[in-house]
Amino acid sequence: MRRLLPLSALMLICHSSLAATAYVSNEKDNTISVIDLATQTVTETLEVGMRPRGLLLSHDNKLLYICASDSDRVQVMDLSNHSIIKELASGDDPEQFALHPNNKWLYISNEDDALVTVVDVESNVVMAQIDVGVEPEGMAVSPDGKWAVNTSETTNMLHWIDTASNELVHNTLVDQRPRHVEFSKDSKRLWASAEIGGTVTIIDVDQREILKTMTFEIKGIHPDKIQPVGIKLTDDGRYAFVALGPANHIAVVDAKTWEILDYLLVGRRVWHMAFTPDQKTLISTNGVSGDVSLIDIDSLKVTKSIKVGRYPWGVVVTP
Amino acid sequence: MRILLFLIGLSCASVSYAVTASTANLDIAIAYLAYQPAPRPLLSNVIPEPTDAGLRGAELALVDNNSTGRFLKQSYSLSSHSSDNAETLLAMAQQQHAAGVRLFVVNAPQAILQQLANHLPDSLWFNAGSADDELRQSACLTNVLHTLPSNAMLTDALAQFMALRQWQKWLLIVGQAPEDIAYANALRRSAKRFGLKIVAEKTWDFSSDQRRSASAEMPLFTQSKEYDVVVVADKAGDFGEYLPYNTWLARPVIGTQGLTPVGWHKTIETYGAAQLQKRFEKHAGRWMNSVDFAAWIAVRSIASAVTKLNNADPTAIRELALSEQLPIDGFKGRKLSFRPWSGQLRQPIALVHPRALVSTSPQEGYLHPHNEMDSLGFDQAETTCHLSDKAL
Repeated sequence: MRRLLPLSALMLICHSSLAATAYVSNEKDNTISVIDLATQTVTETLEVGMRPRGLLLSHDNKLLYICASDSDRVQVMDLSNHSIIKELASGDDPEQFALHPNNKWLYISNEDDALVTVVDVESNVVMAQIDVGVEPEGMAVSPDGKWAVNTSETTNMLHWIDTASNELVHNTLVDQRPRHVEFSKDSKRLWASAEIGGTVTIIDVDQREILKTMTFEIKGIHPDKIQPVGIKLTDDGRYAFVALGPANHIAVVDAKTWEILDYLLVGRRVWHMAFTPDQKTLISTNGVSGDVSLIDIDSLKVTKSIKVGRYPWGVVVTP
Repeated sequence: MRILLFLIGLSCASVSYAVTASTANLDIAIAYLAYQPAPRPLLSNVIPEPTDAGLRGAELALVDNNSTGRFLKQSYSLSSHSSDNAETLLAMAQQQHAAGVRLFVVNAPQAILQQLANHLPDSLWFNAGSADDELRQSACLTNVLHTLPSNAMLTDALAQFMALRQWQKWLLIVGQAPEDIAYANALRRSAKRFGLKIVAEKTWDFSSDQRRSASAEMPLFTQSKEYDVVVVADKAGDFGEYLPYNTWLARPVIGTQGLTPVGWHKTIETYGAAQLQKRFEKHAGRWMNSVDFAAWIAVRSIASAVTKLNNADPTAIRELALSEQLPIDGFKGRKLSFRPWSGQLRQPIALVHPRALVSTSPQEGYLHPHNEMDSLGFDQAETTCHLSDKAL
């Protein structure tokens, strides 16, 4: 079917992405590139705070939250006019963050201070600061809102924070330099990448038990260069995508059987990824090559790369 | 502040060395020893090296260890001791040993390190201060792991880069200090290893101060057969600082001055290094150097091993370190590990000039059947050491 109708398939992709817009943080340029996914071009470059890294959207897609790490703040951009409307009391050196499903509580990793700061984004009040390990980095809140999980890169742990009490209740030791955590949509599984360990750990959330530790192997690439960072899971539970950093590939994993299906060649030092709202396209930021790659999820093919600023790091997509 | 640290050190020293079951708290005592002779006079007005290099790295690692340790019921302590006398340093080590310490980080030249390690054979020693090749190649101290890169690793890193840039003909200039001669020996070995040629070699034996006369003397001194690059071995910085821009032929200067190979430098920032640099600068109020990094990663390696083993037994830590099963995160973009034959921490080497990172070795294309980082320094077949076959 797909082979018979390549044109209409292509049109579908185009159509689905028509209104979508990607925002990419450029770590070394202090800017955000705005990409119109219909035309696949950068339409605007927005000046933001220093060393922008983590990005996220409010659940209504109206606001863009930006970790401006070297400005020691989280900036809030109104996407209707691209103006910064607020700066949050984020604590020092915010790198990654996650927004609670209630659209109010923002959990922020403060990399230099070994803290997770919880901010109420409406009142801009710090609700809690939680001591975690050295160099907190990855941050995720479970879709059911019960858990906030932080990774500490030098302590090599996942720190489980109960969002009801904002207290650290459990720690899971994983491999070296955990970078990123991602919950499955049903909140039952947690995926964590370990950059130097070269692994992805899959954890049962209820039991907080490690189910599987995955390793990756790409022909012609030394195992030390396979350094998993970003992880994205499709809502339908079918795929997990793992960005492998300086290996310049994204691993495609069957999210049910944990079998590695393919490795997709993208740009150099691939960091993070985001889906388009229809989950038909995946966008990756490639730090060293200064571009983003677009991946068609139906065919699992890299379809396009688009030049952005220097050291693109985070990416989000609005409808 | 010093006094306070010292007091903390003293109180920590009394904490007994304990190997306990996983449920109980684990106290891990580490001693840092530094040989600190009075600095010798230099003929150039180089920017002085920090006098607390090494210690500050170990201290920072202790903070890192403890912030991890509190989740794992591990508590690390560090006592610091320094002297300008080798015998005093040994007495300090013995005192620590009597108090139960079995893990030592040392910043001292080869002979002193050897004396310390031989006197306390049941302890594990981390060499964060000597780049001496003999230690890795023939001395084969059973109870020592080396976190500072060896001279051979540094000069191989440099030679790979020169081979890649086709800087094949060297004018080698060597100072008269023993450490200059050792560095020059490493350079000669690297030249041979990577097919580069030393077309002329000169010893710097002038006793004059170059501050006012370098532009007159250096061009004459560097007159020689056609060369692509001037390679200098002047570890203390007596004259080498005056070579760049003063050579007879317009050629780059590389070695201990100009483009230098280092274990760590301010300009290293990728792979999370920026965070380590920031933590260090906040802690020490200055930039982190290679000796700081070597001491830092020594103390961090202890914690990585203790976390895996759930005890702090020096024999077990050594065995694990030499088994290749102890991956270490050193902010250098790769998983680091200890070489089973020599106990040397394999690591990428940065090639820097004072304000920029120029390149990192191993260079692309220098392949190795086991690990590309083993293209730097003495490989298994080139050493008489087989540490992993020996017991502590």
